[in-house]
Amino acid sequence: MLKFTVRRLVQLVPILLGLSILVFVWVRALPGGPANALLGERASAQSIEEIRRELGLDRPVWVQYFSYMGRVVRFDLGTSISSRRPVLTEINERFPATVELSLAAMVFAVGVGVPLGFLAAKRYQDWFDQGSMVGSLLGVSVPVFFLGLVLKYVFAVKLGWLPSVGRETVTSTAPHPTGYYVLDSIVTLDPAALLDSVRHLILPAVALGTIPLAIVTRITRAAVLDVAGADYVRTARAKGMQPRVVDRRHILKNAMLPVATVIGLQTGLLLSGAILTETVFAWGGMGDWIYRAINNRDYAVIQGGILFLAIVFVVVNLLVDLSYAILDPRIRTR
Amino acid sequence: MPVRPIPRVLALVAALALVLAACGGGDKGGAGGAGAKSGGTMIFAASSDPKSLDPAFISDGESIRITNQLYEGLVATKPGGLDIVPSLAESWTPSADGKAWTFKLRSGVKFHDGTDFNAEAVCFNFDRQYNFKGLAQSDAVSYYWVSVFGGFSDKKEPSLYAGCEASDPQTAVIKLTHPSSSFLAALSLSSFSIQSPTALKQYKADEIGGTEDSPRFSAYGLEHPTGTGPFKFSSFKAGDRTEIVRNDDYWGKKSTLDKVIFRTIADGAARRQALEAKEIQGYDNVDPNDVEALKANFQVLQRPAFNIAYVGMNQAKPPLDNIKIRQAVAYALNKDALLKAKYPPGSQAAVDFMPPDVPGYNPDVNPYKYDPAKAKQLIAESGVKNPTIEFWYPTDVSRPYMPDPAGNFQAFKADLEKVGFKIVPKSAPWSPDYLDAYQAGKAQMYLVGWTGDFGDADNFLGVFFQAEKPEWGFKNPKIFGLLDAAERETDQAKRETLYKQAAVEIAKFVPGVPYAHTGPFLAFAKNVQGYVPSPVTTELFNSVTLGGQ
Repeated sequence: MLKFTVRRLVQLVPILLGLSILVFVWVRALPGGPANALLGERASAQSIEEIRRELGLDRPVWVQYFSYMGRVVRFDLGTSISSRRPVLTEINERFPATVELSLAAMVFAVGVGVPLGFLAAKRYQDWFDQGSMVGSLLGVSVPVFFLGLVLKYVFAVKLGWLPSVGRETVTSTAPHPTGYYVLDSIVTLDPAALLDSVRHLILPAVALGTIPLAIVTRITRAAVLDVAGADYVRTARAKGMQPRVVDRRHILKNAMLPVATVIGLQTGLLLSGAILTETVFAWGGMGDWIYRAINNRDYAVIQGGILFLAIVFVVVNLLVDLSYAILDPRIRTR
Repeated sequence: MPVRPIPRVLALVAALALVLAACGGGDKGGAGGAGAKSGGTMIFAASSDPKSLDPAFISDGESIRITNQLYEGLVATKPGGLDIVPSLAESWTPSADGKAWTFKLRSGVKFHDGTDFNAEAVCFNFDRQYNFKGLAQSDAVSYYWVSVFGGFSDKKEPSLYAGCEASDPQTAVIKLTHPSSSFLAALSLSSFSIQSPTALKQYKADEIGGTEDSPRFSAYGLEHPTGTGPFKFSSFKAGDRTEIVRNDDYWGKKSTLDKVIFRTIADGAARRQALEAKEIQGYDNVDPNDVEALKANFQVLQRPAFNIAYVGMNQAKPPLDNIKIRQAVAYALNKDALLKAKYPPGSQAAVDFMPPDVPGYNPDVNPYKYDPAKAKQLIAESGVKNPTIEFWYPTDVSRPYMPDPAGNFQAFKADLEKVGFKIVPKSAPWSPDYLDAYQAGKAQMYLVGWTGDFGDADNFLGVFFQAEKPEWGFKNPKIFGLLDAAERETDQAKRETLYKQAAVEIAKFVPGVPYAHTGPFLAFAKNVQGYVPSPVTTELFNSVTLGGQ
């Protein structure tokens, strides 16, 4: 197990090196540059040249790359040209927001998707099954930003039940020692702050979790259908085991293996791809930040942000692989 | 097969619904407080975080919106207008040669850190910017110093600034290397606000560390900004909010608001929904398409126009070097029809390259009234057979002066084709591709515009036409000379005459076709009173009160 983990972590090094080169070259291949983005319509050819020189962008790309990697290994990801703050500081502030939202979205997707998929399989081809399958098709088809706007229109603007933007009420003075607001409110034993941050989480989590929900539902349904026909399930039933116990111990547990893979992949995707949801809900996370950095040609943010998310993605996938071992002891012994 | 889990799921859904309902109707974020006649918190949505609250280092609107509340300059613009009025200086006189300006300062003013405002502080601030080194000299950092004063103390580029003298605590004399009259209007820019020298030194505001590609800015800008304004800095949280609180020791009109929170909401639709959900009480740059819908339940205000949309023509690219072809373009464009179809209410057709409120504006230049017959005739006279023009327009952008660039392009393309031009469409994403292309002189004809920084003709005509630029591709000594003379003239009346003359020459020469001025919209909750929209966006929150709801 340890050997496996270490080997996977070592494999990470060439992946990240390759990715860093790719991203580095890619951002520089984009037309224009940070100077134009900084100065907008006021940029002159001379000021653009000057800024390129000041930012060291007039040097050969490989010189820039080695100077960059030299700093990266010392945990210096550079400074954002648009916010003028160190990239690592911004990641520190923004990553918890993205994690919190992604986890909430996954809790929603798994919490609703697994029972839904299970029920659909159990009621194979009746109205419930058909309905949930059509629903999940809709779920993967609706654009996230549109769903976000609609949810906000109904629950924030019309009904006034839930807030439409941000992670907490803007006048809140709750302390945030960890940056994970829900956790913070629990740590500081502040029920009002807990309620506030959970209320702010609901709409974006539902918007973001809809696609994973649809996928988890479908995969669960397919896996359960598959397992329910297996010999050992028939045997368990034949020996008179309680249906509920069969469902839980034999069907659900064995069906969870493909579901876990999907959950892992989806979580990785959410962590790196919550751009539209974060923008629509003014969430202040990583996705929105990197998206705007690409528009601003904010090289340090694009490079640092993507590199960081790549590490997260790989680590999440590693955790998924490790979870197989827990779900399926056969993998452990192999 | 028994289906027991259903009741559980239903129970879960029911429980969730209950929680939702229980949460509903609670805190709405807006802390204006029902019935609050004074006090309270105003929440205003910003489209981005401030880059810094050190005004010397910024040129973006969201940073300036906040520094306007924290700091004051020697002079200011009249609320809602462009006239220069006293602020930290009570009066001023230029010397006979126009190279020394004496400012009599207000007494009894204190910075937020309790230190005294005086002539020494004024000189400290101007000397500070003049002595910027390295990265601080970059256009990206000290844009307004560079554009108003030019170079720095290292004399790499000539500077307008010659020095500052504090002859007594209430008198500061700013010396210039040559007479400049746009100087006074430029002093109303937030960048030339007076900051506490003690705070600047204590927090090492000028220190930019790190390396060229990884600079480290001082913490002063986002943690300790210290001015004399009606509000004091309270806190900043990246991606979320900036808070300022009332300055109870303010020398002028004290705010009735306890606090103003600028909440960062990058997405325009999200800002609108936040206003509708009562989570904010106002926001800027309302989408013109939302104006009518918002008017039902909110106040929608419009700023006086302070921008110009124009069609640029690059004379380095034939046939645009032919003046008859340029005139034909000018006569072919149906500005009024475009404004009617594509622009928000309150927009005006442009004739001069600056908005009407700017002193020196000339309404009497040749307006090139829509005349397709004349355009055809001019093409025939030009000797150019089947004139073909590459016409550029930006994508992925909406500017206040150009809400829908593709729409403008389509309308103008049809106008031009009607009189016999062949149009080759070219488009690119606005930033940086499009800006890069047209500024480098790659675009033949292009849609672009400009929003002014301060209320002076030099900030429009001077920016466009005072020197040779690749985007225009021409050298016209007469126009350059008139604009140089206007910049040096200190007599305001004479200056205005010079700018009017320049406008006539520009219109004759047709370097481009100005076509629209627009005023951006702001939306507020009904209980917000006293917000005075300014053409140059210097709107102060100390005049704002929150009424009962």
